[in-house]
Amino acid sequence: MELHELTIHELLDRLRAGETTSAEITASVFGRIDAVEKEVHAYITLMRETALAEAARADERIRKGEIGALTGIPIALKDICCTKGVRTTCGSRILQNFIPPYNATVVEKLRAAGAVFPGKTNMDEFAMGSSTETSFFGVTRNPWDLDRIPGGSSGGSAAAVAADECIAALGSDTGGSIRQPAALCGVVGMKPTYGRVSRFGLVAFASSLDQIGPFTKDVEDCAIVMNVIAGYDPRESTSVPEEVPDYRRFLGKGIEGWRVGIPKEYFIAGIDPEVEAAVRRTIQVAEGAGAKCIEVSLPHTEYCLAVYYIVAPAEACSNLARYDGVKYGFRSEEGRDLMEMYKKTRAAGFGAEVKRRIMIGTYALSSGYYDAYYKKASQVRALIKRDFDEAFAKCDVILTPTTPTPAFRVGERTDDPMQMYLSDIFTISTNLAGIPGISVPCGFTAAGLPVGVQFLAGHFQEGRLIQFASAYEKHAQIEKRRPTL
Amino acid sequence: MEKIRISKEEVAHVAHLARLEFGAEEMEKFTSQLNDILLYMDKLGEVDTAGVEPVTHAIARKNAFREDAVGASLPPEVSLANAPEARGGCFQVPKVIE
Amino acid sequence: MQFEPVIGLEIHAQLLTDAKIFCGCSTKFGAPPNTHTCPVCLGMPGVLPVLNRKVVEFMIRMALATNCRLNRECNFARKNYFYPDLPKGYQISQYAAPPAEHGWVDVEINGGKKRIGITRIHMEEDAGKLMHDEHNPASYVDLNRTGVPLIEIVSDPDIRSAEEAAAYLRRLHETLVYLGICDGNMEEGSFRCDANVSLRPKGTEAFGTRAELKNMNSFRNVQRALEYEIKRQQYVLEGGGEVVQETRLWDDTAGVTHAMRGKEEAHDYRYFPDPDLVPVVIDDAWIAEIRSSLPELPLEKRERFVRDYQIPVYDAGVLTASRALADYYEEVVRLSGEPKIAANWVMGDVLRFLNEEKRDIRECPISPASLAGMIRLIQQGTISGKMAKEVSEAMYRSGKTPQAIIEEKGLVQITDEDALAKTIAEVIDKNPTQVSQYRGGREKVFGFFVGQVMKATQGKANPQLINDLLKKMLAG
Ligand SMILES: [Zn+2]
Repeated sequence: MELHELTIHELLDRLRAGETTSAEITASVFGRIDAVEKEVHAYITLMRETALAEAARADERIRKGEIGALTGIPIALKDICCTKGVRTTCGSRILQNFIPPYNATVVEKLRAAGAVFPGKTNMDEFAMGSSTETSFFGVTRNPWDLDRIPGGSSGGSAAAVAADECIAALGSDTGGSIRQPAALCGVVGMKPTYGRVSRFGLVAFASSLDQIGPFTKDVEDCAIVMNVIAGYDPRESTSVPEEVPDYRRFLGKGIEGWRVGIPKEYFIAGIDPEVEAAVRRTIQVAEGAGAKCIEVSLPHTEYCLAVYYIVAPAEACSNLARYDGVKYGFRSEEGRDLMEMYKKTRAAGFGAEVKRRIMIGTYALSSGYYDAYYKKASQVRALIKRDFDEAFAKCDVILTPTTPTPAFRVGERTDDPMQMYLSDIFTISTNLAGIPGISVPCGFTAAGLPVGVQFLAGHFQEGRLIQFASAYEKHAQIEKRRPTL
Repeated sequence: MEKIRISKEEVAHVAHLARLEFGAEEMEKFTSQLNDILLYMDKLGEVDTAGVEPVTHAIARKNAFREDAVGASLPPEVSLANAPEARGGCFQVPKVIE
Repeated sequence: MQFEPVIGLEIHAQLLTDAKIFCGCSTKFGAPPNTHTCPVCLGMPGVLPVLNRKVVEFMIRMALATNCRLNRECNFARKNYFYPDLPKGYQISQYAAPPAEHGWVDVEINGGKKRIGITRIHMEEDAGKLMHDEHNPASYVDLNRTGVPLIEIVSDPDIRSAEEAAAYLRRLHETLVYLGICDGNMEEGSFRCDANVSLRPKGTEAFGTRAELKNMNSFRNVQRALEYEIKRQQYVLEGGGEVVQETRLWDDTAGVTHAMRGKEEAHDYRYFPDPDLVPVVIDDAWIAEIRSSLPELPLEKRERFVRDYQIPVYDAGVLTASRALADYYEEVVRLSGEPKIAANWVMGDVLRFLNEEKRDIRECPISPASLAGMIRLIQQGTISGKMAKEVSEAMYRSGKTPQAIIEEKGLVQITDEDALAKTIAEVIDKNPTQVSQYRGGREKVFGFFVGQVMKATQGKANPQLINDLLKKMLAG
């Protein structure tokens, strides 16, 4: 096995044993990037020089016996996480030259844990998309089939992990942007509870839904990264001062006697039969591990998409008002007066999907429509949240498909926004309710495309998700495959 | 007949509010796409929300404060470093008429 | 037709916190452009606001001082609009759920009292500053002021004249300054006022179309602008025209209001709850804690001065114009036991000296102890009122105690009757003509004798004693 193919815990074992160095690992990762990045295009910005320097420093610390939770491990960052001195584009022309003078809190935390940063990964512009096709910097390809999309919006991070172009990565999830690409690329992706991981320095899409989380090659790595990035941040008002457990404690434990809720509303017409079959098999695996599967109901599921496509654009149109060509980022030179400067800057700086969402959001908040759209959606959101509270009174975790279909072809849905929005149908309720969710690989289609299963739990129950996912991973014995690139 | 939720004039007004502009062709496409999306939103009308308190935050936290302490500001050259145009320590914009 | 003005005022007061409302940048006025900025107040991508607790405390102080009802829970909302001085493209303000409502203040008007309602008080962030280039087609943005905390105080439309508006404004201004939550500096923009003005036929209830007045940066300008605008609207209405709903700017030099030049569009601020901030809960314990730390307010103080010190209402008004002045006066009273005389001296010489040099009472070289000491010396007859004038001036210039000055200048009053009688006898001897005039009934000549005696004693004689002795001796 090549070093870049290993997991965090495998590499940490070797680093501790002195069998390898961070410099070797980092060089291996960049070797892989050099070999496959042309085809995959997972990154917007590569940070080769600083990564090699970080690796050298990590090796020094390891020699002194100061090994931290992630010392010397190359972890890619979605280009939505602000990095001091390194441009942070959010996949947009409007931020193509923006160099933040600050780090996101998660970047600080990873750095303090000794991580090495190979680069910033590609994404749908401002995280608005489900395919990584709306990026100003080009399309990312699914490593399992280069004609297909990797999912989105964190498609670059998912593809980078799947293609071994990093050991793990961070993404952000507003309506499924971690779990959906994780499923489509065959890796583990977790969206933590809202308020669990700091949003400071995460370029905002929809502030009440956004959450940062890890992409990893297995559940153990997910626990390792979560241990580093979770925790209260006084720089964020919505950060929750709740104690963070050691997530590794939840690994390798059984799930005997657990009640697993299967929401009937998630097994609907339109779901791909191969996806459904793979997910149904996970139910058997869970039962085989001693869990009891029961049917639960989330009656407002069919309204999630409508609620999401009002709430998220409403917050987004306001969050994106700061991109006005005044303080940073792209400015059109064509505007003769202020109004023209604003309009031409924003018209040229944003892509079509971002504009579409700004328009929906502006409309939903505008005078005369607020009650019918934004307020109504926020009320239905309350009911969706209540559905989950009631379901979790009956079960410990909920099990659903992560996506209705495997990865679709590049260009297949770009002209049909509604069709594109439907790819998030199983993931957005989680964000509306603020609960944690994890997507774990659960098999392959006949065409060799990965399928993911999603587990959900109540607020701050990430430990429970890790315990369940780890038990599932052990019992399912999903065949280890690597994409051929 | 197809249902209309938003007219081209309304789209133009919303675009102005959002400081966006569209060419004629783009305008057609956007109006039709927005209309489809808004029609989909009609679904919400089916839900009885009488007396339901809207939820605007995923987690109900209250009273998050910072103390009244002055911390470090950025050096002005750093504040202005990303500015498309700056002069005399200020961000420069096309003249604003009040 | 007789018209009645209906006026409501919106006041923005910058709060005297050290740091901004949502970040740690300084709020100090007058720094070089963009030196008090950070990623948060610059509205950079991904940064988040955290509320300065003191802003809430200051808001609660004002709410209590203006008899508002405090709501248990309030929210922040985003007010969305594009402007170069607004870096996020929205202002964080409060909309649907303000923290304080239904308050009032009493103002003194034409010797009576009038109660003016306060609709609401809320917290928000200030915007930056935009400067225009005279020579180039450019404007410049300084974001130092962005995020300085403000409270907005909205009055009910209870005000019926420019004079009432000015009285209300003064009342709020002195209250804010007394509470120590705003420096009240109108020139630097720490205290700003916008007005909504409309006219309606006297005796009717419905409001007329209103104009919004801006750019009035002094009490005088507010009053002048309102007077002008009331006349203007009256002229329009009497001419059969209609008042247009618009924003009008006060032009101080021309003494007129004019409609804003730029194209004004119908605002649609698209307020919605800010998802980055959490609700503020103000419980009874917090309110009680702040209430117990509230200082005595100007009106209460004024009434107490009149009642306890028996001084005229006007004097009480002058002496309570600032907390520092009132404290100074009360200290002089405490040390001298002479409230009326103390009031005369503070309002007379002390304020005159200070005003001449535009100094604040807190910088007064005469300590309350010195002034009280001087008052005691007058009362004891050690120095005359005239001497005291000289002493107070000297105290102000040198900062020395009255005793020291009296010794230096030899300013001790002659109270020895025998010595004075001797001097008076000499004066009578030297001026026989005047003596016979006086004795012949020309009483005016008495003043001549007083003057002569004063001259002979170099002004050191006690005037009362001179009077008594002269009368006796001239009577022969
Ligand atoms: Zn700041």
